[in-house]
Amino acid sequence: MIAYLIKRLVQCIPLLLLVSLLSFGLIKLVPGDPAVVMGGTNATAAEIEVIRKNLGLDRPFHVQILSFYGNLARGDLGRSLMLGQPVRDAIIERLPATIAVALYSMALTLLVGLSIGVLAALRHNTWVDQTAMTVALIGVSLPNFWLGLVLILLFSVHLGWFPTGGYVEPTTSFLGWLRSATLPAVSLAMLQIGLLARITRSAMLEVLRQDYVRTARAKGLSEFAVIGKHAMANVAIPVVTVVGLIFSVLLSGSIIVETVFSVPGMGALLGNAILRRDYPMIQGGLLFVATALMLLNILVDLAYAWFDPRVRVGGAR
Amino acid sequence: MTGLRDSLTRGTLGRLLRHRAFVIGAVLFGTMVLLAVLAPWLGGGDPNKLAVRMRFRPPSWDFPLGTDNLGRSMLSRVLHGGQLSLMIGFWVVVLNASFGVLLGAMAGYFSRLDGPLMRLADALMAFPSVLLAIGIAAALGPSPTTVVIALAVVYIPRTARILRASVLVVRELDYVHSAQVSGASHWHILFRHILPNCMAPLIVQLSFVFAYAVLSEAVLSFLGLGAPPTQPSWGILIAEGRGYIREAWWLTFMPGAAIAFTVLGVNLLGDGLRDVLDPRLKIEQG
Amino acid sequence: MRDPILSVRGLTTTFRTETGVFPAVDDVSFDVAAGEVLGIVGESGSGKSVTALSILGLLPDPPGRIASGSIRFDGREMVGLPKKALRALRGPSIGMIFQEPMTSLNPVFRIGDQITETIRAHENISKADARKRAIGLLDRVGIAMAAQRLDDYPHQLSGGMRQRVMIAIALACSPRLLLADEPTTALDVTIQAQLLDLLRDIQRDTGMAVVIITHNMGVIAEFADRVLVMYAGRVAEQGTVDAVFSTPRHPYTVGLLGSTPSLERDEVRLTTIPGVLPQLSQTLPGCRFAPRCGRRTDACTNAKPPLVEFGGGQRVACFHGDVTEPGAVP
Repeated sequence: MIAYLIKRLVQCIPLLLLVSLLSFGLIKLVPGDPAVVMGGTNATAAEIEVIRKNLGLDRPFHVQILSFYGNLARGDLGRSLMLGQPVRDAIIERLPATIAVALYSMALTLLVGLSIGVLAALRHNTWVDQTAMTVALIGVSLPNFWLGLVLILLFSVHLGWFPTGGYVEPTTSFLGWLRSATLPAVSLAMLQIGLLARITRSAMLEVLRQDYVRTARAKGLSEFAVIGKHAMANVAIPVVTVVGLIFSVLLSGSIIVETVFSVPGMGALLGNAILRRDYPMIQGGLLFVATALMLLNILVDLAYAWFDPRVRVGGAR
Repeated sequence: MTGLRDSLTRGTLGRLLRHRAFVIGAVLFGTMVLLAVLAPWLGGGDPNKLAVRMRFRPPSWDFPLGTDNLGRSMLSRVLHGGQLSLMIGFWVVVLNASFGVLLGAMAGYFSRLDGPLMRLADALMAFPSVLLAIGIAAALGPSPTTVVIALAVVYIPRTARILRASVLVVRELDYVHSAQVSGASHWHILFRHILPNCMAPLIVQLSFVFAYAVLSEAVLSFLGLGAPPTQPSWGILIAEGRGYIREAWWLTFMPGAAIAFTVLGVNLLGDGLRDVLDPRLKIEQG
Repeated sequence: MRDPILSVRGLTTTFRTETGVFPAVDDVSFDVAAGEVLGIVGESGSGKSVTALSILGLLPDPPGRIASGSIRFDGREMVGLPKKALRALRGPSIGMIFQEPMTSLNPVFRIGDQITETIRAHENISKADARKRAIGLLDRVGIAMAAQRLDDYPHQLSGGMRQRVMIAIALACSPRLLLADEPTTALDVTIQAQLLDLLRDIQRDTGMAVVIITHNMGVIAEFADRVLVMYAGRVAEQGTVDAVFSTPRHPYTVGLLGSTPSLERDEVRLTTIPGVLPQLSQTLPGCRFAPRCGRRTDACTNAKPPLVEFGGGQRVACFHGDVTEPGAVP
């Protein structure tokens, strides 16, 4: 397993290189003068010049790239214009909130998505199956930020069960955190639940057709053992690969959902940076997220190897 | 995946029309497209027409979707917004169908291009899709064109991958070999022999690209990266409505519902297409 | 036969397809005595596997079900038995091994666990004891270094070894009846012989009854005491292997025997039976074999031939079963 881990990490390097290059190149996409854009409409020429100097936009191209990677090697992701603090610090400050809501959302997704998928497969071609898949399809079709707003409308404004915004740290008050994090987590989860339910169902249907399930029944095992142990252990394999995709969707979704619910996380940070054209922040943020996703995907690969012994143990002796 | 050209025949059309999800999806989607196209005639006039005395009217017979803070008819705004949102979706699909197919076909057919092209695709796909789109759109500046380009760049790698997979399989089929032996040029083989047989997964993928495009456009516009507020799109309408969520829930609800219906329709359509066109089902026909 | 351990009467198993409901097994009856080996032979599609699956209630449920008939194990009726009771029988009373060793074992669990799980599902026994028994079982089925092999995954074993593991699992709770559905078909010829030897060995040791299903007449000759010939879901002929092989009375049996290459006779051509098995959906009023049969008369196409008894327990479902020349091939 360790060897596999090292191999995957090494494989990441060229990808990381490319990804960082793309992040760096982002600023080059800006039509016209990025310093002007960042300065805003009211900036004076002097202020624009300051911006340009700070970002090193006045230096020749190869110097810019070198200093970019030089900084990267030191862990310096640049300096945010709007916040006036290093990008890295801003990210670290905001990360806990994002992770907390993301974990909450992931838990909901796994719980509900797997259940729906398994249930639909076990009651294949009945109304249970149709309903479950319809619900899943609807989940995949709703814009998550709109869903968030609708949920606010229903559960905050109308029913008053949950706050309309604001975020309570889990350390301050766990119940308070739960209340403030539920609507955002649910908004994020809808899309993911839809995806997971569909994949789980088709994986389950495929597994139930296999000979080893028949063998398990022929052994006289209880139906619970047949489905819960023999079938599920094999369903886990394709499902794990989807989890990587779900992380990706999660990270994307948190930009909006955090903005809508005023959760002080990385997503809201990036959202703000975009509005303010804070390119260093956008660059640093994107790079950070892409790297985090790559590492998460490696974890997913490891999990996949853990679930499927054919991957981690050699063949016939 | 063989003989797909033959399969895009009446037989397939018949099966599509009997597939419940496909029909419902097609009707749903078709209705939304129709409504958007007919917006000028249905909407009740100019979506920007102010009537300040009529502000914040809830949905009623006169104003089926209510009015907003400036008294503008939501029905009109949602329908016109549909025009823009659907156009953007359409163009993203067109770009995918052209560049995605081209790049995927090249990667699948010319092995020397495969490596570098797929590395690039992996790098682009390493970013969560919406995030990347946001980054590009932020860099390029807000406008509908930006949205189209950003979304296209995000989905083209995925489309290319799918097409590449098909090409890799079809390329090994016998009649391709015979075409090669008889001296046909690479491009001729690609376009006349290989690509027509890669249509099924491509069509399914394009339908889902459209769905993602409409959803993502809403996200981008909501964040202020899309069209300027004078040209309403569904995402912008939701953003505008957000501020008045307590007084006028319909301002946020209606445009989002429109998106939901459209995307649901496209997804159902895509599911139906996949069920009918999926090679595994081809065995029945043969 | 004194109290048979398995008694099947009028078993009819149907499958629901898009075009209707059809019998894969049609009014099949036979007995298996304790300790004897019954071979069920027929070509693919004759309903032999479905018969075995019906016995254990392992039919894929949406399309398949037992429409009518009785299956008695040790005098106890199994058709209509509640699920829990049926499960209690699987393993300790009746064991089953399947055709495809490559896919019949769960790829993500170690083989040792798959064996001990069976034991612990039916007996109150500690993990350690179950493990010891598993080692003993692996040993018995001829797997070298059994203790180390316990922790292997199925993909680390060859096809022949996996089938031995399947046998170990089936034997784990010492069943009195073993159903073997084409256990050697998917394996190399040399492995086939080894496996059959193993089965025969175990059968002699334990005295358990075996129903072996195969399309290979050679296997029947080697291993079985009595044979049941099935065609298109119905019984064509049944009797002791000696009787049926020396004087086959059903034209299909004659054809089957004629098409088996023999080391003794010099043959210029192997006989083939013209025509093909009827489709499941084709319901013919008379004898199902009639379209391919050389002895066919009008009686054959009009009515289903009854089982006629000839001496020594040999029964034939044919209006012309009295014709016996082995050479009279259609």
